[in-house]
Amino acid sequence: MSDAALALEGVAVGHAGRAVLAEVGFSLAPGSFAGLIGPNGSGKTTLLRSILGLVPLLAGRVAIGGRGQVGYVPQSIALDRFMPIRARDVIALGLDGHRLGIPLPSRRRRALVDEMIDAVGAAGFADRRVGDLSGGQQQRVMIAHALIRRPDVLLLDEPLASLDLRSTAEVVSLLAGLAREAKVAVLMSAHDMNPLLPAMDRIVYVAEGRAVAGTVAEVVRGAVLSALYGAHIDVLRVHGRVLVVAAGGAPHGHAHDHDEDAMHVVRIP
Amino acid sequence: MFAAFMLDTWVAGLIVAITAGVVGWFVVLRGASFAAHALPLGTFPGAAAAVLLGIAPSAGVAGFGLAGVVAIWVLGRRGRPEVATALTLVMLLATGALLLSWTDRYAAQVYALLFGQVLGVSRASLGGMALAGAGAVALVLAGFRPLLLGAIAPDLAAARGARPAAWEFGFLAAIALAAAVAVPVVGALLTFALMVGPASCGRAVSARPELALAASVAIALALMAGSIALSYITSWPVGCFAGLGGAGCYALGRALL
Repeated sequence: MSDAALALEGVAVGHAGRAVLAEVGFSLAPGSFAGLIGPNGSGKTTLLRSILGLVPLLAGRVAIGGRGQVGYVPQSIALDRFMPIRARDVIALGLDGHRLGIPLPSRRRRALVDEMIDAVGAAGFADRRVGDLSGGQQQRVMIAHALIRRPDVLLLDEPLASLDLRSTAEVVSLLAGLAREAKVAVLMSAHDMNPLLPAMDRIVYVAEGRAVAGTVAEVVRGAVLSALYGAHIDVLRVHGRVLVVAAGGAPHGHAHDHDEDAMHVVRIP
Repeated sequence: MFAAFMLDTWVAGLIVAITAGVVGWFVVLRGASFAAHALPLGTFPGAAAAVLLGIAPSAGVAGFGLAGVVAIWVLGRRGRPEVATALTLVMLLATGALLLSWTDRYAAQVYALLFGQVLGVSRASLGGMALAGAGAVALVLAGFRPLLLGAIAPDLAAARGARPAAWEFGFLAAIALAAAVAVPVVGALLTFALMVGPASCGRAVSARPELALAASVAIALALMAGSIALSYITSWPVGCFAGLGGAGCYALGRALL
């Protein structure tokens, strides 16, 4: 697919030559919003790092469409609340953070930063120290940092991991809106698919060293997940939420925290 | 204290304060305090080696500094940075202990190198100090944005092609250069306070990176000038005032934030 924003073909990723995930293939159109779903330790972060080029591919091919630009939002930032870096400074670093020397103030730079601040709804805290912001506010800042160069693909590593329910819903709807408006393909990892269900148009589900991709309706089905896990899986839909249930086990919902453990035990006893 | 013979002392203090203020700001930002303690301390045996070999002490300090930078960088790539730093410090000090045991000409200088001796700075050494200080400042200002990006998240810097591993090496080299400038004046044991104190206090002055950096340099200049003046008046070691003042700056910065 030449018009895809992101296309993976027969990709295998891992550490020290040992594959964690193999035979991963999917493609995302510009403007699509995809969840990379799977239990902790299933290789989601390694796959994202491989797409970024931080970890070499063990096999296969990754193609980025458009201008070949990838934006990235890491899981957490390492700044404490005392550090003299404002939210707007972090966003500006997205523009030219790889360049040498102290940035000179310019009207164009400031206008681009202000535009991104408005786009992610960060106007209320743009001049505060970024380490002093809440998890949801920091995510908005890092999303603006990643989007300011107008990438073709935006990768996010567990952006919802440390957010409360309200911030989770806000960040998901912000990302879905940005994907549509900026025509950027969003791929975000999460161990819980439920917060993404209202917005996600593609899902890449990883488990047991392999991945299946498609629409939610195509992938989140008992037969498909049973084949992926190599175990009998039932998918229940209750009150608009998805529960993945292993044969013989208690229902393991995606609804509450720490359910990555529940996902791990999806095996026939 | 403004007599002609004091001019070299004031110039040396100026060079030390600007270098420590700029490099120290990045030390605080990147949480590299331990390296900023270990590198000055680890370079001090280099002066002993120089005496033994009959070369200039500053050359010995520079050699040990470079060895320390390479060791921390190589060991730190595969392990925890603080373990790499501690191991490097121990290796440098152990070498120094051996070298010191081979010579008895050095004993008198040990005290000066540990606690500083600003009033004894010679005019001949000012040129080298200025050069090393300018090198350290140029290095971290060139890396201003990549170093900031790496402080936010190393992965982010790597994904942007900002070469975080190369800049980590450049940053360690800047600390070693700053140490070579500051150690003869403030002392190997007390240089840490001058690097970390003013920068910590500068954080409280402004939330803007450039202004906080300028504040860090201004505070370092005031601290150094005050220390030289008090040292002149009391004839107590300058490192004493710089060390206590640096710690005081840190406390003040924390109280303000």
